[in-house]
Amino acid sequence: MATTQQGILDLLSPYPPGWGGVLLTGAVSTVAISACAFAIGLLLGTGGALGKLSGNRALRLLLDLYTTTIRAVPELILIVGLYYAGTDGLNRLLAALDLPPINVNGFVAAVAVLGFVQGAYMTEVLRGAILAIPIGQIDAAKAFGMGPMLRFRRVLLPALLPNALPGLANLWMSVTKDSALVAVVGYQELALATRLAGASTKHYFVFFLASALLYLAITLVSNVAFKLIEARVRRGQPRLA
Amino acid sequence: MNFSWISSYWPLLLTGAWQTVSLLVISVVFGFAIAIGLAFAQVSGGRLTRLLARSYCTFFRGTPLLIQLWLLYYGVGSLLPMVPGIRQSLFWPILREGFFFAAVSFTLNYAAYEAEVLRGALLAVPKGELEAGRAFGLSPWKLVRRIWLPRAIRIALPTIAGEIVMQLKATPLAFTVTVMDLYAVANKVRQDTLLVYEPLLVVTFFYLALTAVIARVFRGLEAQVPVRR
Repeated sequence: MATTQQGILDLLSPYPPGWGGVLLTGAVSTVAISACAFAIGLLLGTGGALGKLSGNRALRLLLDLYTTTIRAVPELILIVGLYYAGTDGLNRLLAALDLPPINVNGFVAAVAVLGFVQGAYMTEVLRGAILAIPIGQIDAAKAFGMGPMLRFRRVLLPALLPNALPGLANLWMSVTKDSALVAVVGYQELALATRLAGASTKHYFVFFLASALLYLAITLVSNVAFKLIEARVRRGQPRLA
Repeated sequence: MNFSWISSYWPLLLTGAWQTVSLLVISVVFGFAIAIGLAFAQVSGGRLTRLLARSYCTFFRGTPLLIQLWLLYYGVGSLLPMVPGIRQSLFWPILREGFFFAAVSFTLNYAAYEAEVLRGALLAVPKGELEAGRAFGLSPWKLVRRIWLPRAIRIALPTIAGEIVMQLKATPLAFTVTVMDLYAVANKVRQDTLLVYEPLLVVTFFYLALTAVIARVFRGLEAQVPVRR
């Protein structure tokens, strides 16, 4: 076993004969994809939640269709389907506008697809969080003469964050893990980097274990981060139990 | 939209559906059994068992299922043939298959998620009911079997339905290890006929139908539980 011990360190070394650098780059792009998708999801989710609560029937029906479909269909099918539909649709649009077709960057495609999926889940989380705000607070803001934007920024947002944060933390965890699925459509993030490293050295076990630990590290660090954020947004709230 | 391929691919679609359903059933049934052990280990185990069960759940919930699957299929799978005599053994035809690895990794993964759900439910069983059981002189094992576990499962029932649907939505990953499940069939149709959306749509319909069945079954189960408000 002494030789394998030496071998493992060599295999995982960050410099070219070792594959550690490739794995780390993969991990960085995993985090980057997840963060961008999460941000897009937040935007779509905020819009979606406000849209669902706006009372416009057609809009609500449309958003219901969006959230229900996305949440009912397996992630892998969504990612593959949206990937093809997105690139295909974009190129058709370009063709209709008499522009040359473009090759969609894998990163952009991954972020767009995952962000679109996240948006559906976020819509529901944020909708619930907004509904949990005591209506009197919003009435009070209206009575003070705050406009919709100011009301959102000063009252709605600070009041909904404590409610939404646990759900958002869950979604962040799931997007870091779902980002592994874009390996299937061929963008090189951690999962695919690991498979490449494994395939070219035949030390599959070592590499998959290493990347599992990298994902675990991402999860654990984010756990701590979300705890801190939650303590921050809950400041001044009475502690329950 | 062109669905003419269905006429020649329906047997394959059926096998795919069968594989998907069997993966789901195997992983849910065995995963649930493991989850019961894990949940009790966390709720009433000693320090060491609690730590072990916790780390198990953290590991499997903190890493992507895809990585776990590949770790098993490529990692353990590439080490298995080195075990002496395994190629001649009775189990080799099973151990060689992607299906086996998919079933094992889905089971382990499902167990971790379900254990968390059950842990919460075990803690939510009213204390008085457990004390009443003890006062009746039930042995710890009987208490678990007759009161604690059944009550916890009833409490967790709606969440379990959700977890099973999540598990169903995770099964398409099996196609990456050569399992011919529903999604793999859609993939094959795409390769053969160059149709992208139609096979995905048909397969999605299957998944939605399965989700509806699961929801139905659980609504029935929940209706069986007497509730007094």
